[in-house]
Amino acid sequence: MKLRSLLLATAGIAVGVTGMIESKAAFAAKEVFFPVMVYRTGAYAPSGVPIANGFRDYYDLLNKRDGGIEGNKVVWEECETKYNTKIGVECYEKLKGKHGGAVIVSPYSTGLTYQLIPKAPVDNVPILSMGYGRTAAADGRVFPWVFNFPSTYWSQASAFVQYVGNQIGGLDKLSGQHIAHLHHNSAYGKEANPTLKALSKKFGFKLTVLAVDHPGQEQKAAWLQIRRKRPDWVFMSGWGVMNQVAIKEGNSIGYPMDKFVGNWWSGSDADVIPAGDGAIGYKSTAMHAAGTKFPLFKDIIKHVYGGDAAKAKANNVGEVLYNRAILNAVFATEAVRKAAKAKGGTPTGADVRKALETFSIDKARLKALGLAGFANPVSVSCKNHEGTSPGVFIQQWTGTAWKVQGGFVPAMSDVVRPLVEKAAAAYAKENKIKPASC
Amino acid sequence: MEVLNTFLIAPFLDMADSPIFLLEVVIGGLMAGVMYSLVALGFVLIYKASGVFNYAQGAMVLFAALTLVGLMENHVPIIVAIILTMAVMVGVAMLIERYMLRPLVNQAQIILFMACIGLNFVFEGAGQIAWGSNVKKLDIGIPENSFEIGGVLLNAFDLTAAITAAILVAFLAVFFQKTAIGRALRAVADDHQAALSVGIPLKTIWVIVWSVSGFVALVAGIMWGGKAGVQFSLVLIALKALPVLILGGFESVPGAIIGGLLIGVFEKVSEVYWGPAFGGAIEGWFAYMAALVFLMFRPQGLFGEKIIERV
Repeated sequence: MKLRSLLLATAGIAVGVTGMIESKAAFAAKEVFFPVMVYRTGAYAPSGVPIANGFRDYYDLLNKRDGGIEGNKVVWEECETKYNTKIGVECYEKLKGKHGGAVIVSPYSTGLTYQLIPKAPVDNVPILSMGYGRTAAADGRVFPWVFNFPSTYWSQASAFVQYVGNQIGGLDKLSGQHIAHLHHNSAYGKEANPTLKALSKKFGFKLTVLAVDHPGQEQKAAWLQIRRKRPDWVFMSGWGVMNQVAIKEGNSIGYPMDKFVGNWWSGSDADVIPAGDGAIGYKSTAMHAAGTKFPLFKDIIKHVYGGDAAKAKANNVGEVLYNRAILNAVFATEAVRKAAKAKGGTPTGADVRKALETFSIDKARLKALGLAGFANPVSVSCKNHEGTSPGVFIQQWTGTAWKVQGGFVPAMSDVVRPLVEKAAAAYAKENKIKPASC
Repeated sequence: MEVLNTFLIAPFLDMADSPIFLLEVVIGGLMAGVMYSLVALGFVLIYKASGVFNYAQGAMVLFAALTLVGLMENHVPIIVAIILTMAVMVGVAMLIERYMLRPLVNQAQIILFMACIGLNFVFEGAGQIAWGSNVKKLDIGIPENSFEIGGVLLNAFDLTAAITAAILVAFLAVFFQKTAIGRALRAVADDHQAALSVGIPLKTIWVIVWSVSGFVALVAGIMWGGKAGVQFSLVLIALKALPVLILGGFESVPGAIIGGLLIGVFEKVSEVYWGPAFGGAIEGWFAYMAALVFLMFRPQGLFGEKIIERV
């Protein structure tokens, strides 16, 4: 018994000492650590796999091509969440302190983002929820640790209405139009409803809201109602299998695909493949382009895949959600770069948060990154964590690829921003938060 | 008064106002119900033969569909791919009998149920390891066009599913009622030990029933996979089968069909006419609620066997 206790104690000390050595070595080696929440398995894996591959490849590229970020090696670790909020929180708790501490986290789940918002200021880990999560977090005075640029759900919904206005010859012609919002029956799916209702009131279009239960394999009832009510446009906030079934059901009732617009979580390659030719013409909003024509992707194929384009394709390079993760990783690492430059060394999460409050990527920087024309420039402030130019691109499925149609469609910030500030003020009151002065 | 109008008057006025649309909703419900029945049948088969609720049935649907589409992606002709997939499902049935069921003979049903939960994870993992997690398009040539008859929209794919289910049920009904193996299956379900004592080969019976269940899973996988692509979420369609089983009875093949049709119609009618009053997306929990209410009056389901145990 004594021998066993002695052995256990020795092993414990050995583990502790090794951990300390590793931890010190990590600091000595100048590392910046990115926890990566992935869902490579489970019902949402078809969306999760390209996202996970995008993060992995960009971090790998920075190390192989540039030797890291400003002399700091990029270290990342995946944790499988299965898109389950509870497991996601466990993943975050497991990873947040590794390698000297996480410098930024992108939860890739609205549910998980909600859970991490109160933890961020405690753990000193800023959250970048790019186009998802709590929309009110765009008010940086109440949510100093949360950033949701380049656009929020609410801005996205308003940009969709702006797009419809553009298509029919002006916002004044929206009166008399009928828009249906087909949404996933979850916190995420419902996010656009208040904005659409406010815009319906403002512009006089009729709004029909149709919810679809998780996971969305069966939605005949919703489409029968669409067939009966014949809305001029259908806007979809779907996710996973719901998107694929919706496109097929839309086809089965003969709904015109070019009047069917998904949000940016309803416009991936996996969403259109099962519908085959029936998906041709289907549209979705987007915050960036698809495909591999940008120089950055040539670098990924060269440095990460050793020039093997077939292997890169098999790893989703160029797919919509892969490119989404690339843009996310670019934003996160550029913020870390800014923080490292300001500090003149390895930044902490707090340094990165400070950098995010004055974060900007202009056209010249996008070009330098090999992403000219890939996404819109972004400029963030202490007060406005969504960025000063929210909006969307509209992409359309051609049968073989997603193509961006027309130019950037700006959000109606004059309508959305007051709603954001109102929601943020309500959150501040509820949680006894004193808004920062910006 | 407004509440009364919303729930008790307006929906019926709406139905009366547009009977063609009501018919379309009912037909839509019947078609959806057929798809639920296809999954429910797999549960019924295992339950009839072993008295166990096969928690892994949804995962079996995924595994069978992934195997089929995986073979087809490797340029195996469709007929050969179906035959090979069926062979895989028979092989799986043999493995289940040898390594899961045989060591658990005469164990309590809850033990077998727990084993099925484990089996579910094995199928989920094995399918994804072997064939990946991406959405796969499954096209075996079933037409998907829609057409109108008397103003009612019908879909060729849904009709094909209905005909397939009808054939499957006829085949299974004959198999269970008219063949010696079918009678042996029922005997095994009633009492393992008694069945063994009269010379029924338990091992063979289990392999047969799990193989037939694998075949039903393959058919369900083809239909659901053809509709939404083959992907992990096929596992979740098992949730749609539960209220069907409660309503139709766990050991009745016709019950799975009738239960499926009733649940399908109930879901669609409630969603379309009462859904807006509740904020939408009520069909899922309404189906369970209907099944629970039904349980209060007929615990064994519509066609289930009434069990009377003397104490």
